[in-house]
Amino acid sequence: MQRRTFTKLTAGLSLAASLFGTTAMAQDDMRIAIVVKALGIGFFEAAAEGAEEAAAELGGVEIIYTGPTDTTAEGQIEVINALIAQNVDAIAVSANDTDALVPTLKRAMQRGITVISWDSGVAEDGRQVHLNPSSNALIGNMIIKLAADHLPDGGDVAVLSATTTSTNQNIWIEEMNKVMGNYPGINVVGTVYGDDLADKSYREAQGLMQSYPDLDAIIAPTSVGIVAAAQAVADAGKIGEVNVTGLGLPSEMAGAIESGASQSFAIWNPIDLGYSATMIAHALASGAATAEPGAEISIGRVGTITLDETNSAAMADPFVYDASNIEQFKSIF
Amino acid sequence: MNTTVRSIPDRLRSPFEQRLKSWESLLLLVAIAIFVANSFASPYFLNAWNLSDATFNFTEKAMIAFAMALLIISGEIDLSVAAIIALASTAMGAAVQMGVGTPGLVFIGLSVGLLCGAFNGILVTGMGLPSIVVTIGTMSLFRGISFIVLGDQAYGGYPASFSYFGQGYVWWVISFEFVLFAIIAVIYAVLLRKANFGRAVYAIGNNPTGAMFSGIRVQRVKFILFLLTGLMSGIAAVCLTARLGSTRPSIATGWELEIVTMVVLGGVSILGGSGTIVGVVIAAFVMGLVTFGLGLLNVPGIVMSIVIGGLLIGVIALPRLWTMWRSR
Repeated sequence: MQRRTFTKLTAGLSLAASLFGTTAMAQDDMRIAIVVKALGIGFFEAAAEGAEEAAAELGGVEIIYTGPTDTTAEGQIEVINALIAQNVDAIAVSANDTDALVPTLKRAMQRGITVISWDSGVAEDGRQVHLNPSSNALIGNMIIKLAADHLPDGGDVAVLSATTTSTNQNIWIEEMNKVMGNYPGINVVGTVYGDDLADKSYREAQGLMQSYPDLDAIIAPTSVGIVAAAQAVADAGKIGEVNVTGLGLPSEMAGAIESGASQSFAIWNPIDLGYSATMIAHALASGAATAEPGAEISIGRVGTITLDETNSAAMADPFVYDASNIEQFKSIF
Repeated sequence: MNTTVRSIPDRLRSPFEQRLKSWESLLLLVAIAIFVANSFASPYFLNAWNLSDATFNFTEKAMIAFAMALLIISGEIDLSVAAIIALASTAMGAAVQMGVGTPGLVFIGLSVGLLCGAFNGILVTGMGLPSIVVTIGTMSLFRGISFIVLGDQAYGGYPASFSYFGQGYVWWVISFEFVLFAIIAVIYAVLLRKANFGRAVYAIGNNPTGAMFSGIRVQRVKFILFLLTGLMSGIAAVCLTARLGSTRPSIATGWELEIVTMVVLGGVSILGGSGTIVGVVIAAFVMGLVTFGLGLLNVPGIVMSIVIGGLLIGVIALPRLWTMWRSR
């Protein structure tokens, strides 16, 4: 008994020593914590890469990339509590829940920690700034632009959306309709709904090609719909005739880009997102910028953001993926 | 079904019990060692508020772990506890949308917990099904209902007074949750050690047939244990929901295994028949301190899981190694 206890104790103490030894002692650097929904997700790993890029550019910045193992709010609270305890300079979080993190993040701000949210936002009183990857207007414009760019002489396009009640998709289509005047010769001949189900989206895309034999492009502002539509076009042997575009994930769309069923599509660039979030956190924590409506904050190579009345901002146009860059991104997300 | 040697629970002179006693003191030493290690490893560890924040890492899980300890001692298990939290939280969230106030919400949370526990209990004791299979099933069932109701949406808008259960402080850094945790620990410790009911739980775990012939109503005791586990899950759901102020179907994901880990780490035999609440309390602190300490060093959660897993395997292997070493 004596002996066993002693061994255990020494084991514990040597653990202490080893932990002590590995603690980084770069306390003078500004410490910016990038808190993600969960670790091990390609999208967020890429964002962390962007954050490191920004840190290298700024100098004197240490990035703490962390997050829970499951995408739960309680897991993020544990992580954020540990960050508050360490008194980091800034926390930039992609939240698992809009409201659940507010009490914890408020406490962080009370202790002088800069708090911003990015990608997936936190309610207004739980953060100083929220960075959206893009804006509804920019997305609405982008989806029609992607189709129009490959139709210099104009043509007929159709929309394959998610459900009739999908808020995001409806807003984007509405924004798209607002800017149709900028794309003369492009006609939207119809809108169908695939309910974000692969098989229904596939059938709806087939239906579009039968109803409109002269169809030149299908715009699917949903990651499920765009893959299904590309498959439907390929199966119908209409590659080269009907171009599928919209919003999709590089990993799922790589095949469609290779086969030519899709010339290009768009979605946010996670590297730019992590980069910009770090730039904003640094600007606020160093006092170079203040979080107030109308404020302009420089985000390095990505440009400049302007805060709206809720202190949110849109980073940039959705990033366009095509044959030139799909190889690089398909393994990321 | 069990080939391990089990002595009749003659508590005072049983070598098994003695081993258990030394086990708890050993666990306490581990806890102290971790505490010391943490204070050395991070300059931020020894701070009353930081330590208070750290208690939230384990209080809710520990509340369930106490009931789970009794259940495991009796030879059963409930893997649906985290799913019960999700369902109870979803029910409370739905009630908020209908304008139910704080007392009503607590009542609904606890009732759903009890109902889920009763459902498990009926399937196991009434129909004689193995609890591990039943509760793996109800784990999917309960959380599945939450997913059907909520999808990718969330319930919010909980009344301000409700948040006290998860965010309130009784005195200085002592949170309401921590006080509740302490009270529940005492109740379970007394129940298990002093009450006839607790003796019956040990007896059933050691030898269900023998317990039955001794006049213990085995199925009834087990049913009550499932009810208690459900009720504790309901209490944890109230605390967690109040702390988050929001309900998503993914709430408390993976907690069932952390809770079972806590129980086994506390010295409760996974085969049933032995274990104490004191051990579970210390195990709760050990797990809380390890995760918080590693968190302060920004160790990724995946590595933390590995550390906890290593700790658990160590705990199970140690007594076996000890006997092997002694018999040599």
